[in-house]
Amino acid sequence: MRNLQTHRLIKERLLQEDVWKVVTLIDGQPELDVCLPVGPLLVPVSVWKAKKACLIHREYEHGTPLGIWLSPDDDPAEIAKDVDDFTVIAVHFPKFTDGRGYSTARLLRERYGYDGELRAFGDIGRDQIFFLNRVGFDSFLIGEGRNAEEALAAFDDFPEAYQAGSDLPIPLFRRRAA
Amino acid sequence: MYRYDSIDHTIVQARVAQFRDQTRRYLANELSEDEFRPLRLQNGLYIQRHGPMLRIAVPYGLLSAKQLRTLADVTRRYDEGIGHFTTRQNLQLNWVKLPQVPDLLADLADAELHAIQTSGNCIRNITTDHFAGVAADEIADPRPWAELLRQWSTLHPEFAYLPRKFKVAISGSKEDRTALLVHDLGLQLVRNDGGELGFAVYAGGGLGRTPLLASKLNDFLPWQHLLTYCEALLRVYNRFGRRDNIYKARIKILVKAIGSEEFARQVDAEWAHLKDGPSTLTEAEVDRVAAQFAAPNYENVASEDLCHIAFQREDKAYARWVERNVHAHRVPGYAAVTLSLKKPGASPGDATSAQMEEAAELAERFSFGEIRVSHEQNLILADVPQRDLYTIWQRAKATGLASPTVGLLADLISCPGGDFCSLANAKSLPIAEAVLDRFSDLDYLHDIGEIELNISGCVNSCGHHYLGAIGILGVDKHGEEWYQITIGGAQGNAAVIGETIGPSFAAADVPDVIEQLIETYLIRRHVDESFSDTVRRIGLEPFRTSVYSNTTSQRKTANA
Repeated sequence: MRNLQTHRLIKERLLQEDVWKVVTLIDGQPELDVCLPVGPLLVPVSVWKAKKACLIHREYEHGTPLGIWLSPDDDPAEIAKDVDDFTVIAVHFPKFTDGRGYSTARLLRERYGYDGELRAFGDIGRDQIFFLNRVGFDSFLIGEGRNAEEALAAFDDFPEAYQAGSDLPIPLFRRRAA
Repeated sequence: MYRYDSIDHTIVQARVAQFRDQTRRYLANELSEDEFRPLRLQNGLYIQRHGPMLRIAVPYGLLSAKQLRTLADVTRRYDEGIGHFTTRQNLQLNWVKLPQVPDLLADLADAELHAIQTSGNCIRNITTDHFAGVAADEIADPRPWAELLRQWSTLHPEFAYLPRKFKVAISGSKEDRTALLVHDLGLQLVRNDGGELGFAVYAGGGLGRTPLLASKLNDFLPWQHLLTYCEALLRVYNRFGRRDNIYKARIKILVKAIGSEEFARQVDAEWAHLKDGPSTLTEAEVDRVAAQFAAPNYENVASEDLCHIAFQREDKAYARWVERNVHAHRVPGYAAVTLSLKKPGASPGDATSAQMEEAAELAERFSFGEIRVSHEQNLILADVPQRDLYTIWQRAKATGLASPTVGLLADLISCPGGDFCSLANAKSLPIAEAVLDRFSDLDYLHDIGEIELNISGCVNSCGHHYLGAIGILGVDKHGEEWYQITIGGAQGNAAVIGETIGPSFAAADVPDVIEQLIETYLIRRHVDESFSDTVRRIGLEPFRTSVYSNTTSQRKTANA
């Protein structure tokens, strides 16, 4: 039987094991002091900026995939030129009611041309998946204590949508006319 | 009016199914209260003092007679037979039971109705002029644009978790009847020198504890760009609106903090990337939607119906109703009629299922099967031949829909207040009823003339008290209910936020205070001068003196 606690990641509409570690800074800790554990890492924007060379070296020399994570406050424009350096870009939702990450995702996809894995993580669950998917997220780390299995059904909540989104660049009114 | 195609039906039905599942999980304790709250709010469901309150959307205030019958039916079957029409043209039911709400929504969906985004921190129901399509001063019909925006904003994936609620009004006429300037986003249809249609865009208006009038961001936004511009504006708000303090989270605070010019610049910078993209509106789509709001087949009738004129001569009560409740129409021989939801002893905006059914019947027989909800909380028959007015009056009178007081003090606006709403600091309906009782003499009401009285049970200002010539605000002082009075407010093109006259009053004293303010006005006014114009000319002091001077009053007050 699958352990739901270790399989909270939804990707390609399947529950998968998550191999990525999220690096966080302790308050006041200088970016250069942060310890980078072994394996695929999601680093904060400030660590990426401070240790760019080291992180790229780590990826090229050791083949360790590199990712970055953005908080709701982070402006995706700051990594606009770097998006191709990342295997995963993750956007954190400290509370599911903080909707800034939805705009972050659309900007990454539609403005800055990021086409790699775009992950939502934090306080998200079944009831957020449909909209998250529409703004360009394609992987979802379901929040602790939420039912990840059940969240798989959310992709089909609505068979149609009025607006253009990152998933569907043509709005309904143009498709209606076609 | 707009009729759903199979896709519209599919989307609304999918929303019902989604909410049914969310409700099931909440009732099975699979969703916590905190998880369920934002989800139910996005579907108009509040948990109120007596249980859930459901706010049903009436998109831009327009209903078919069939839809109004559906509302009457669900009000009877799922509630206690009385619904409350709101200042944002919606309908609220105060006695629904949570487990039944999914079934109620399914019944609504069958009639092309829903409760999507009638609450929560998302784009709310879009409101417009209740005389849309029939007003003589109309630049263009706002309803097709309201419907296009309804579709764009419905289940918009990027803007479901905004910092705070977001209210949009669209006006298509020269005279504003939508309270445009107190909306988060106000869109005024205009024509440029070349005769092309577009929008003057206003943002950052609102009432609440920081009442502000909206600032103009754009003099002329060509219609093609409506959706892309709105998307840019909402994105700037979604990203940069404050989220640390619920009282500072409306867009008005952002616009005020950075200035409307800087805000407009940020919107333009964002819009530069979206402009001319796939969401740019096409003539074909606008035509498809606009065709559904085409004028009905008006008959060729005499521009003045002789019987209607004769009845007014013979029947003073009818003449009075015509004077107040019948409105000019752009088509000769036709009129628009207000069916009043205000009367002594009843809560403003309330309608029983039987009244809704009678209004639906009148719409079917006399007004091409359509009816509107006005932001003043009345119902409107927009396309009535003059020859039918007398019959309508008689029938409306028999069902309590014919108070001849439109625009007068007794046409007051009120939120449901502390009797129902868990946000309220104080009751508002008993105050409304007491004022209606005090001012029940029709001759006196007509003598006072046009005046707006607005009551809000708390500073959220659902009753728009700041815009009233006289505004009453319920406040809480150490667990007691008090009422603060503002005067001099005005809605419309030259909207003004009213000013507080001084310390608050106890509920029992409010009718006396209102009467003293009115008496001061009657003594001091010039001919044809409105209450608020008198306030502006002579200042607050004479009004203050009339209600606070010891010689006239020993009443208790409380400092706000």
